[in-house]
Amino acid sequence: MKILIQGGRVIDPATEHDGIANVLIEDGTIVAVEPGLTAEDAHVVDATGLVVAPGLVDMHVHFREPGFEYKEDIGSGARAAARGGFTAVACMPNTNPVLDNEGLVSLVVRRGKEVALCRVHPIAAITKSQSGNELTEMMILKEAGAVGFSDDGVPVESARVMRRALEYSRLTGLSIISHSEERTLSAGGHMHEGAVSTRLGIPGIPSASEDVAVARDVRLAEITGGRLHICHVSSARSVDVIREGKQRGVSVTAEATPHHFTLTHEAVMSFDSNTKMNPPLRAEEDRRAVIAGLADGTLDAIATDHAPHADREKLVEFDHAPFGILGLQTALPLSLEMLVEGGHLDLPSMIERLTLGPARILGIESGTLRPGAAADVVLFDPDAEWTLDPSEIVSKSHNTPFLGRRLKGRALLTLLEGKATWEDDAMRSRITIPGNRNPGRTALPA
Amino acid sequence: MMADHKSLLGISELEPEEILEILDTAEPFKEVQARSIKKVPALRGQTVVNLFFENSTRTRSSFEIAEKRLSADVLNFSVSTSSVAKGESLRDTAQNIEAMNADMIVMRHGSAGSCHFLDRHVRARVINAGDGQHEHPTQALLDASTLREKLGKIEGLKVVILGDIDHSRVARSNMFLLTKLGAQVTVCGPPTMLPAELEKLGVRASTDVRKSLRDADAVNVLRIQFERQHEPLIPSIREYARYFGITQDKLDELPNGMVVLHPGPMNRGTEIGHDVAEKHAGTILRQVSNGVAVRMAVLYLMSGAEVQN
Amino acid sequence: MTETTPKTIPADAPAMRSLVEKARIMSADDMRRAISRLSHEIIERIGGPEDVIICGIRTRGQFLAERIVKKIKEIEDVRVPLGILDITLYRDDLQTVAKQPVVRSTEIPVSIVDKHVVLVDDVLYTGRTIRAAMDEVIDFGRPKTIQLAVLVDRGHREFPIRADYVGKNVPTSQNEVVKVQFAEVDGADSVVVLEFEEES
Repeated sequence: MKILIQGGRVIDPATEHDGIANVLIEDGTIVAVEPGLTAEDAHVVDATGLVVAPGLVDMHVHFREPGFEYKEDIGSGARAAARGGFTAVACMPNTNPVLDNEGLVSLVVRRGKEVALCRVHPIAAITKSQSGNELTEMMILKEAGAVGFSDDGVPVESARVMRRALEYSRLTGLSIISHSEERTLSAGGHMHEGAVSTRLGIPGIPSASEDVAVARDVRLAEITGGRLHICHVSSARSVDVIREGKQRGVSVTAEATPHHFTLTHEAVMSFDSNTKMNPPLRAEEDRRAVIAGLADGTLDAIATDHAPHADREKLVEFDHAPFGILGLQTALPLSLEMLVEGGHLDLPSMIERLTLGPARILGIESGTLRPGAAADVVLFDPDAEWTLDPSEIVSKSHNTPFLGRRLKGRALLTLLEGKATWEDDAMRSRITIPGNRNPGRTALPA
Repeated sequence: MMADHKSLLGISELEPEEILEILDTAEPFKEVQARSIKKVPALRGQTVVNLFFENSTRTRSSFEIAEKRLSADVLNFSVSTSSVAKGESLRDTAQNIEAMNADMIVMRHGSAGSCHFLDRHVRARVINAGDGQHEHPTQALLDASTLREKLGKIEGLKVVILGDIDHSRVARSNMFLLTKLGAQVTVCGPPTMLPAELEKLGVRASTDVRKSLRDADAVNVLRIQFERQHEPLIPSIREYARYFGITQDKLDELPNGMVVLHPGPMNRGTEIGHDVAEKHAGTILRQVSNGVAVRMAVLYLMSGAEVQN
Repeated sequence: MTETTPKTIPADAPAMRSLVEKARIMSADDMRRAISRLSHEIIERIGGPEDVIICGIRTRGQFLAERIVKKIKEIEDVRVPLGILDITLYRDDLQTVAKQPVVRSTEIPVSIVDKHVVLVDDVLYTGRTIRAAMDEVIDFGRPKTIQLAVLVDRGHREFPIRADYVGKNVPTSQNEVVKVQFAEVDGADSVVVLEFEEES
């Protein structure tokens, strides 16, 4: 089957393509990206006014399976990913049981393939049961499909264990994905420590609890030569430490979340438990530093830390609520608004942080429209305005501080190996099936 | 105007005029306390639920007597931590109380923002009687009412709040109230008990008691909230008492007199010297009586028929 | 209580209405004479100024009460105690109004037990204010009697209440407002009848 995506602005950071072109897909593979390209017997997608980009890659999601399927499962999570324009995600291993053996890692791979709404890559635990003591069988887990190792949700407390993990990453070639947090400083805190926590009387989580842990991990990566990736960087000083590490040649990469570059601790003033996540929303200075880090490449990837929690779990007192918010369906519009419209990154760079950047860190094939690559594609309208209301949310949970927010930019069509995993109603009039000369009100094959 | 508020969740959301409205309204209620029948019919037919998740004999009694003197029907609903442990959420409790058709809920709870949470889930008006380390608005109002009696006004006063600032909702509500009414506030305590970025709240932070007191008009002495501290924040009570306790010798050094407030219960010999507690007992007990009048004023002003928002 | 408080405007009143003066029914001299007579009657009926407490109802009843106390001093050379009642907390409409009215203090300087309490108000209308005032007085103790003195009785009673001393009986319609003006706050003494008029 052939699909011809016509007339869109094709942006592919991997090939440095940015211009109006047609994209031809045949049997799930990108065949060509050229202006004026035509094809016989193709489904034609009119992409005029839209951006055509590689399917987005989110290297940090919690799909909660196995063990917490009431919050999210691989099916509902993948549906949210597709709707947000994502074609590949990496799932964190803090499930129940923890993804620390090849059976569970293979389960996630298999469930992802069954669901077939996006590529679901497991990240396996660094330590058995995420207990911070014994390393998992990293080579065997890699064979089973793991794309990285993380104890996300909890930090690896012992510097010695972290050192060993980084040393071992030289063997696996996969990143040690660090949730960097000094718990003796952060424990008991529920929000960023600063003027707002002082005002609200909510125990704070100081930036220093992140900064000292990032500094430790960067230094350990330096002495081991291991591959380090820092999760959800939220503080200005952490960005500095990573920047300096990169300048010294340390093998360190890092990600930032849309909520950390969109909101600050001021958002907590309402005591809305959907403003509670870890690391917490920080000060304006930190928010700006995160954006600057994304702009200068210190931060390589935008990752959502999509962390669903059931409504009843969040409908409690602020200090009783669990940490974490949804992210997959808001990442693209928030990135467009805060980074591109805000004048900090051009559109190709933003797309790079959402595609090739994370794909490289994970060592996966995704993130390009290069001929021969799998046809994982997103078409989005950078100007479409919409409001995030609960009916839009396809996750099992609704824990997002962006409910009711006016958003600009929307994924209209997501293709996974040439098959539609998400097609907005707005696309119907843009699709023509072969043999029918008129634009049909029809859908692409899913 | 207080009538524009559905609930009283904190001083931080009040305009200065609204604070003054409450303080002015408290005055006639002080007079009611002196009558032979200390009861007026203003809240007849209204049901007020005192929902206390933390033990508090003082505040609960003060609210209860205020409610009864306004002729409200009073229901005391003490929720032990055990029933929370059994799995009933605050939302469940709120819905249960809502089903009883309460007009007002006076709540004390261990979590900051819990009154905001309750307010979003019930039609009844909510009055914050202390939420975690966040606010205790009626305490700040009764402190202000007492200061006005003693010093005539709030504007321009120099007030020191002394002690465990970080863990104190009394400190926060007082900071908000006093700064809104134009007083100069210095918060003073050991560095481990001063929260971050206090200066952004418009107050001065100090660790020097003597210097802080030097040109102050009043000092509000807080107790150390050991129950909220999960780690040792001071080396010893002995050291605290010596450096941060309000003792007569510290007061004797001052050129002018000093109004000493204490929200109670006092730990004599720790944050307040025995002699100071005796000498200022009149003011400290006046705070207790004013507490009833201020709470009557709040309940009265909040008892209008229509909830606007 | 003054008759111009919003609660006396009928709920179904059109939005754009204004009060227009219709008639001046008492001059300053009329008021002086009426207050003098009221004072004499009070002393005469009670049998002397002993055991009398004059209680003015805020706001305009207070001014009238002050005048009566002053007059009794002239007549008897005795200064009878003056009390001021704020009946707000005893109003019977508190559960229905959206915005609670401003409360001021009640000041009764002496014990009322076994005394003759003379309530004083400027205008007697529905009787609801007087009901509230009586309830409040009783909360201060058990008086020997409660009596009522008013400058104007305009009729339209809703409660079984009558005045013991009346300055002037004035038949009115419910569309009218009787306003007693005192030099202390209004610049000059007089009693006027105002009427609601539709604004164009």
